[in-house]
Amino acid sequence: MMRLPLFEFRAPQTLAEAARILDGEGSQAMPLAGGTDLLPNMKRRQQVPKTLMSLNRIPELHQIDLSDAGTRLGACTTLSEIAADPCFRNGLTALAQAASCVATPQIRNMATLGGNLCLDTRCNYYDQNYEWRKSIGFCLKKDGDTCWVAPGSPKCMAVSSTDTAPALMALGARVRLASRSGEREVPLTELYQNDGIHYIKRQPNELLTQVILDSSHGWKSTYWKLRRRGSFDFPVLSVAAAARISANGVVEDARIVVGSVACLPLLAAEASKSLRGRPLSQDSIAEAATLAARIAKPLDNTDFDMTWRKRVTAEFATYALRELRGEDMRGERLLLRRHSSSLY
Amino acid sequence: MSDPEEKSKSPVTDSLSNREGLRVIGVPRRRVDGRAKVTGQTRFADDIFLPRIAHCKLLRSPHPHARIRKIDALRALAHPGVYLMLTGKDLPIQYGILPVSQDEQALCVDHVRHVGDPVAAVVAREELTACEALDLIDVDYEILPTISNPKEALATPEPRIHEYGEEGNIHKQVALEFGNVEQGFAEADEIFEDTFFYQGNTHLPIEQHASVAIKDPDGKLTIWSSTQTPHYLHRALAKVLEMPPAHIRVIATPNGGGFGGKSDPFNHEIVVAKAALLLDRPVKICLTREEVFYCHRGRHPVLMKFKTGVKKNGTITGVHLQTLIDGGAYGSYGVASTYYAGALQTTTYHIPRYRYEGCRTFTNKPPCGPKRGHGTPQPRFGQEVQLDKIAEKLQLDPGDLRLRIVEAPNTVTANFLRLGTVNLTECIRRVVKASDWKNKFRKLPEGRGVGIACSAYLTGAGLPIYWNKMPHSGVQLKFDRGGGVSIFCGATEIGQGSDDVLASIVAEVLGIDPFDVRLFTGDTDLGPVDLGSYSSRVTLMAGNAALQAAERGKALLAEAVALKLDLPKERLRFADKRIFDSAAPEKGVSFAEAISLAEARFGTIGTVGSYTPPKSPALYKGGGVGPSPTYSYSAAVVEVEVHSATGWVHVPKVWIAHDIGRALNPTLVRGQVEGSVYMGLGEALMEEQEFRRLPKRLSHALVHKFPSLLEYKSPTSLDMPEVVTELVEDPDPRGPFGAKEVGQGPLLPIMPAVANAVYDAVGVRIDEVPITPDKIMKALAEKKAGRNPRYGPDHFPHVHWPEALRVPPPWEGGDGNAINDVHREKPRAMKEKVLAP
Repeated sequence: MMRLPLFEFRAPQTLAEAARILDGEGSQAMPLAGGTDLLPNMKRRQQVPKTLMSLNRIPELHQIDLSDAGTRLGACTTLSEIAADPCFRNGLTALAQAASCVATPQIRNMATLGGNLCLDTRCNYYDQNYEWRKSIGFCLKKDGDTCWVAPGSPKCMAVSSTDTAPALMALGARVRLASRSGEREVPLTELYQNDGIHYIKRQPNELLTQVILDSSHGWKSTYWKLRRRGSFDFPVLSVAAAARISANGVVEDARIVVGSVACLPLLAAEASKSLRGRPLSQDSIAEAATLAARIAKPLDNTDFDMTWRKRVTAEFATYALRELRGEDMRGERLLLRRHSSSLY
Repeated sequence: MSDPEEKSKSPVTDSLSNREGLRVIGVPRRRVDGRAKVTGQTRFADDIFLPRIAHCKLLRSPHPHARIRKIDALRALAHPGVYLMLTGKDLPIQYGILPVSQDEQALCVDHVRHVGDPVAAVVAREELTACEALDLIDVDYEILPTISNPKEALATPEPRIHEYGEEGNIHKQVALEFGNVEQGFAEADEIFEDTFFYQGNTHLPIEQHASVAIKDPDGKLTIWSSTQTPHYLHRALAKVLEMPPAHIRVIATPNGGGFGGKSDPFNHEIVVAKAALLLDRPVKICLTREEVFYCHRGRHPVLMKFKTGVKKNGTITGVHLQTLIDGGAYGSYGVASTYYAGALQTTTYHIPRYRYEGCRTFTNKPPCGPKRGHGTPQPRFGQEVQLDKIAEKLQLDPGDLRLRIVEAPNTVTANFLRLGTVNLTECIRRVVKASDWKNKFRKLPEGRGVGIACSAYLTGAGLPIYWNKMPHSGVQLKFDRGGGVSIFCGATEIGQGSDDVLASIVAEVLGIDPFDVRLFTGDTDLGPVDLGSYSSRVTLMAGNAALQAAERGKALLAEAVALKLDLPKERLRFADKRIFDSAAPEKGVSFAEAISLAEARFGTIGTVGSYTPPKSPALYKGGGVGPSPTYSYSAAVVEVEVHSATGWVHVPKVWIAHDIGRALNPTLVRGQVEGSVYMGLGEALMEEQEFRRLPKRLSHALVHKFPSLLEYKSPTSLDMPEVVTELVEDPDPRGPFGAKEVGQGPLLPIMPAVANAVYDAVGVRIDEVPITPDKIMKALAEKKAGRNPRYGPDHFPHVHWPEALRVPPPWEGGDGNAINDVHREKPRAMKEKVLAP
């Protein structure tokens, strides 16, 4: 990687000041949370913001509120905090699991929840240094006009690679976006769109400030991630699932989300619907897994063979649902992670 | 006082045969450079900062194959902070590691051959300034057609990537026959034919290559560089810079990993040297990770075909091996690699007749070269997987089959390699026992399996890179009155522990502590030549040189002390920093006093030692590749779990036994074995130096798929299984204190053992590496459909081979020469320069 390019650095101490800076600088400025993705990207010249605005000194972005009614997480809550805190178990297990398997311990200590939700989409043709991208004549996402993974495609096919978004979508989370002109709350399912460049509906002058979760009472959730190694790697397929199961074992409500196989995390609506009112039996799980896998459209722009990634999607959905049913899936987790150094 | 009988019993006389007499050797110790490394105080090349230092960046070709029409640097030179711009015209002299492949230029003059080939250099006040200036250099290229693999190279003779080589884009062809292999097949009960593919991969040292050069106040050149081969860099610099070698000093800084990737002289080293001379200020470069991928010199992708004849009892009657080797854009060590791909097949099992044909082609990708195991892991993979298939067909246990055919020690093989000690049998027995093989093989539940494989490797290349009759390693010792000993040697510490080996040998002989020894290594001005840290040669060669120098010093000290104590010197013992009467230990002098006595008697005490390998019986052309003073042996059992619904592979445990001769420092030896297992698992399961060609109608790009530490998948420490290491110690008289190599050999059995274990687990053959889940799924689908349960290459393409040099093996009366070499009037003509690491 090259050295960082020169940039202006701002560190506002209040949300209002941050909103004012973003408003003034427009798309020239980028918020800097943990910086674990943005700074390497800048070294590769994927992003060259004129101004970096640190969010680190804004106290409210670090706040965590837990109550019976629900959970509010400041955007700068680190992934380590989420992974380590036992209060993110039970109903919120998927979130804790997702946070705990992002990258490496050192990165999780810096990386934030808000940053992971806003994570730039990834692609083997894009996550390369400037010189490499020059040697392919650049690509649609940055400085070029062809999407090399799908040269006929009018839009960029870079892949949503956030771990926490699928988990939070399965948990029905909303996010709060603040700007100089006001605040709005958006369900996470509506934050993203199917475009590798404009993957997030956050306006350049908006800050993602908070993640809001209603009470998870009665819910169980889980997160499964495919990556080559038991550490470090971005997901190249993920399945998050959450279900509220009645005392007699019938699914009252369920949400299955498939991540890292499109420009955005995909809510598997049909698969989720198919479970409602049924017990998590072998049949209902198989049906839901097939439906969930149907929406996965992986392309050849991440690690692993794309046909194989598509093929194992149903298998991963099955793991998730079997785990929600109460099966002991630690053997499968161990096999995938190749080590047992963590709870998940 | 002197009694001949007592003398023969003295522990001083033969430390090799008396292990109990050893105080340092064989004792697990903290390595001498360990403290500096774990406290972050080792000074790597990139840690060097000097006053007025300038920074260098290289402009690299964005095209895989092109002619350079014009370079316009005016805008770059006008950029504030830019001191200097260099292009190919400034450094036109060709160089290369092998005398036969002088095909590189520090900066391409008119022809770029892969994405990443350097075309210009900028030296500036700041690194960022140099980066900015790169973008201001205008290069006009004429795009040329590209070659992405050997099959294309065979089919595309024009345009040529190089103007030399066999023909078209074939760089090197080898054809050797040791005995009539067709006769061997005629005598066989079963014939096996298999094709295998071994994907290329790279070294991935954590330290990126870095160099700093200065013009000394007296006008000479000094360069610090992360190189494994300071001596060869020294020669290349003298050649390209047209300077007397006496005016060039190369200092190899400790390497943060090498694995073969830092053993060529590199363009960036030559460029900063030239820039420092022109600017008269220090110039530094530290490559980016992407640039390290472009330097490459890693494992060659090899397509291979094995035809093997066996008797029903497993005896091999003949082997015919063909390889098609993807060389990348330059020669590098490639000629040697092509020979190595065929040379060591004969060292593990008895092969009475052997034919080898190898073909290396040029392609528009970063050059391949020597990576840990240099040229041999690929055919070793094929041979060991095929043996697994043979064992199954013959209904033999694959461990037992190997035990039946292990080659005997002190043998000269069909291709005239002289073996030393061979403890492969013991290695196999150890891993079979430790892994509970007999209760696991073909007996574990579906989805779990075990596989076994073996290997051998050189303990140092028997011949140097360039023809000469001088020693391969030299050591000088300086004895200080204060009791310290300084070692001067060209050997290069690349993390493998070469400094510790030198210190331990000298300390053992002189009876002092390794921490009392100072080391001055890898410096061409300070120490005598050692050829470098490659081919697993340092322990044996520099070790023997150190042993000789230490013994000579010991003799001087003994003579002086004997005089002082009025004892026969044979009765003296050197231990615990004292020299004393072995019959009356309280009678003696301290080591420092001994030096003072010797200095008073003989003058300044300094000794030298050197080592030259024995002459090889292989006299045919190409026989320079493969000979070694002795060979190490390894056997490994790998256990796998394979998940049949996804093809996912997990390795829970590895057992490995290594025939080390003697472990000088068992801690280091185990570290090398475990590191080899780690690297082997990476090659077996994930690592791929893969390239991408964009749709030709839209682009001529041919790029490395993912030149980054994140996306080039190599296992992390968390992916490492439990490893059980067994060291087989049977001192080999050729090595210092009996030591053989450990840096490379233990890597070799891992990949085939994984493939064989996958077959035991789910009944599919993956005849290529890496063994990825999608390949397993494809093979499982074949199995389910009732077809051949296999994934791998389906054929070996037609190659027009030259007539083989026919060398009758020793048991057919051969003398080591080819009987049909029309180019050689006399055996062993001096013009033969294709010699190897």
